[in-house]
Amino acid sequence: MARGAPGVRAVALRLATGLAAGVMLALLALPLAALLLRVPPGRLLARIGEPVVLAALRLSLITSLAATALVVVLGLPLAWLLATHTFRGKRALELLVDLPMVLPPTVAGLALLLAFGRAGLAGRALSACGVTLPFTTAGVIVAQVFMSAPFFIVPARAGLASVERRYVDAAATLRADPIRTFFHVLLPLARPSLLAGIAMSGARALGEFGATITFAGNLPGTTQTMPLAVYLALQTDLQAAVTLSVMLVILSMALLLGLRAVPTHALWRPSDAARASR
Amino acid sequence: MLRAHLDRRLGDFHLSARLEAGRAETLVLVGESGSGKSTVLRLLAGLLRPDAGRIALDDTVWFDAAAGVELPPWRRAVGWVPQDYALFPHLTVGENVAFGLRSAGAPAQATWLAVRRTLERFGIADLAARRPWELSGGQQQRAALARALALEPPLLLLDEPLAALDVTTRRSVRAELRRLLESLPCVTVFVTHSPAEALVLGDRIAVLEGGRVAQDGPREELLRHPRSGYVAELMGLNLFRGRVVSRAPGGVARVAVGGATLMAMDPGTEDEGFLLVDPREVTLHLGSPAGSAQNLLRGAIAEIVPEPPQGDRLRVVLASEPPIVAEVTAQAVAALALRPGLEVTAAFKATGVRSYR
Repeated sequence: MARGAPGVRAVALRLATGLAAGVMLALLALPLAALLLRVPPGRLLARIGEPVVLAALRLSLITSLAATALVVVLGLPLAWLLATHTFRGKRALELLVDLPMVLPPTVAGLALLLAFGRAGLAGRALSACGVTLPFTTAGVIVAQVFMSAPFFIVPARAGLASVERRYVDAAATLRADPIRTFFHVLLPLARPSLLAGIAMSGARALGEFGATITFAGNLPGTTQTMPLAVYLALQTDLQAAVTLSVMLVILSMALLLGLRAVPTHALWRPSDAARASR
Repeated sequence: MLRAHLDRRLGDFHLSARLEAGRAETLVLVGESGSGKSTVLRLLAGLLRPDAGRIALDDTVWFDAAAGVELPPWRRAVGWVPQDYALFPHLTVGENVAFGLRSAGAPAQATWLAVRRTLERFGIADLAARRPWELSGGQQQRAALARALALEPPLLLLDEPLAALDVTTRRSVRAELRRLLESLPCVTVFVTHSPAEALVLGDRIAVLEGGRVAQDGPREELLRHPRSGYVAELMGLNLFRGRVVSRAPGGVARVAVGGATLMAMDPGTEDEGFLLVDPREVTLHLGSPAGSAQNLLRGAIAEIVPEPPQGDRLRVVLASEPPIVAEVTAQAVAALALRPGLEVTAAFKATGVRSYR
């Protein structure tokens, strides 16, 4: 019995694990399957050509690419600062960076409106310069940047922080100033985390809905991205909504797969570096 | 010529050291872990800032706390080989060696010529396209040396470059390293915890103990006249302090060492001085020795330690008064059935006890 009991428990544990994992997977896979099974491939191709769909697709691609580029350019210095420096108020700054991840998107949209709206905190100054964000394509990009930035900054920061000090020190003794060290040592060594962050924030920007519709509205051709088009079609034409959704699924999948296919600096794997350092 | 005066606190630890080494000279910093060896190298490289002091190489001042001079590491001309080599894992061996030259602004063509020349010099030209982790420990060490020396720095800093190697490669690499260091025109500072490495590689040796230089000088000086128990222990020698009580014929004196009296070569002074006994001059006996040795110390064996450089020799530590270490052959240990706890007599001649102030 003393031998039997752990055996039974082990089997029960294995069953429970398998069951939980199975239910989880079903929950993730079933909706996707339902979407994909609903639309015959021929109809999908036929609908891509429709002006409304084409406009939404184009707008989504342009805005999410622009948002991701902005997030990387503006987020990388912040990630580096957080990864390598300690300063007063750092904890508060980290909280601020993480916040959009847990904020309801509509709340974010409202906050953006109050900040950059015509009568908003910074809006007045912006409109004095001739810049209008609400209900414009630029506004869509701002909303996407706001919502997707932490999905890049958090992993980028972790990746930069995980680069071992000895490599940075070695570079410094090899005549590399901090800028060269950043681009030729830190970035390549943090590359897997950076790519993961880019993929995550890109996908988040592509799927952004709540902040966009609140801040930028739902104007076809100007602010109506794919997720917004799906929502609108849902009210009138279920088939159209499904078709648009399938396109969005395929686009997101392609984004994830595409970034995974980018060769991470030749054959270098972190496990090998750990072994080599011993 | 390197002249450095370094002062730096790290928590409870306080490093305070003056170091000097000339061109083409190898200064070995030897000491136990935690004695501040690697810290000295980091301070010299500029990876750590001294609280006070001055670092100058030839006529160039790299750091001067009083004058407010501080060159960042990338403006100092150092080659640094850290203990684990820190070869960039995302670059090939060739790209690793090229890194410094490219940083210094060398054009691509000249860089690759220099890289190939350097790799050939270290016998790893065929490894240029490999990644660091594909290399053996000895090959990694050569790649790290090649990377550090590609820019021909006037100061080379080596942090335990042999520690990461297994025992069998270590000895051959040590010989190789010795030939390399002898051929280099630069100042080399070499850090190790191994006295054997210090003696093989060092022109000058500085013994670090708890952040201070316990003694520093040419290798022969440290071997002939160690000035502290710690230095003598590192060099594997018996060192006593004593005062002459009376003189005997033949240039021999009776010297009081603690409660015991030893016969030693007459130091020619009444002051307190050092007595040095080479452990190889000490013989061990179960009973009373028959020979002419005038010094006999009896005590229990505290421990028996293999002496690594010569595998067949062992160091026997005796808890006598004063304690003494004898270095004997493995055969002798077997023949006398020596083991810890056994009472034995250590014998050595008066002429084997050198004395100095």
